Amino acid sequence: MPNRPLSPHLSVYRFKYTLTTSILNRFTGAALSGGLALLVFWLMAVADGAGAQQRAERLLGATPLRVLYAALIFALVYHLLAGIRHLVWDTGRGLERSQARRSAWLIGVLSVLGTLAILAALCHGVSR
Amino acid sequence: MSLTSPLRQVLGAGPARSGVHHWWLQRLTSIALVPLAIWFVVSLLVLPAHDHLTVVHWMAQSWTALLLILTVVIGAWHSQLGLQVIVEDYVHGAGAKTLTLVLLAFLHVLIATAGVFAVLRVAFGAAA
Repeated sequence: MPNRPLSPHLSVYRFKYTLTTSILNRFTGAALSGGLALLVFWLMAVADGAGAQQRAERLLGATPLRVLYAALIFALVYHLLAGIRHLVWDTGRGLERSQARRSAWLIGVLSVLGTLAILAALCHGVSR
Repeated sequence: MSLTSPLRQVLGAGPARSGVHHWWLQRLTSIALVPLAIWFVVSLLVLPAHDHLTVVHWMAQSWTALLLILTVVIGAWHSQLGLQVIVEDYVHGAGAKTLTLVLLAFLHVLIATAGVFAVLRVAFGAAA
């Protein structure tokens, strides 16, 4: 197998919104892998009883980590919307440049709004 | 002159050395994760509290346990597929790449199994 150049070679691309949405989708996906590990860690603690859950939540509840969780919520909302955008593309729709530009803005704005909505619901409670 | 067809020469020449199977599984798991992710976020948000008793009561319900298991397993699967592509793209050298891919696969099986085990333990009443 010759050592031919393989995509992606990041350095040759001009910076454009297509690059931003694509990288952000990968980055948020990778971050969510870490989020899944955290979720399973918490589930194991819950399964081990009230004391274990409290210890785990003391460990996970440190203030600097809360910023990380807000980022993870954004990652989830963004990756979900970007994933839906990809599924629409897979049907052959929305691939025109103007449409792709519009959907890029749409998922950007919606994921910020969605993150804020979830954070607000977390802070104030849904039922109250 | 080579006797192999042009198609045979390019099949499997990408960084993954394989065809559309990976792509298809990535789409399949992403479609499943759209409703699962929304269910997960909404049901955590509408929980009146997140203390041990409330969480255990929630997790022990049949539908919650089932959907949580699906979320963890399909989430881990999707994560494995995604991180695998990142490794294939950015980890160079056959040895380092293979080693990272092996570790990645083992980690994901560990995460999925741990998540299923934890949910089942709660569902079958060990943590009450």
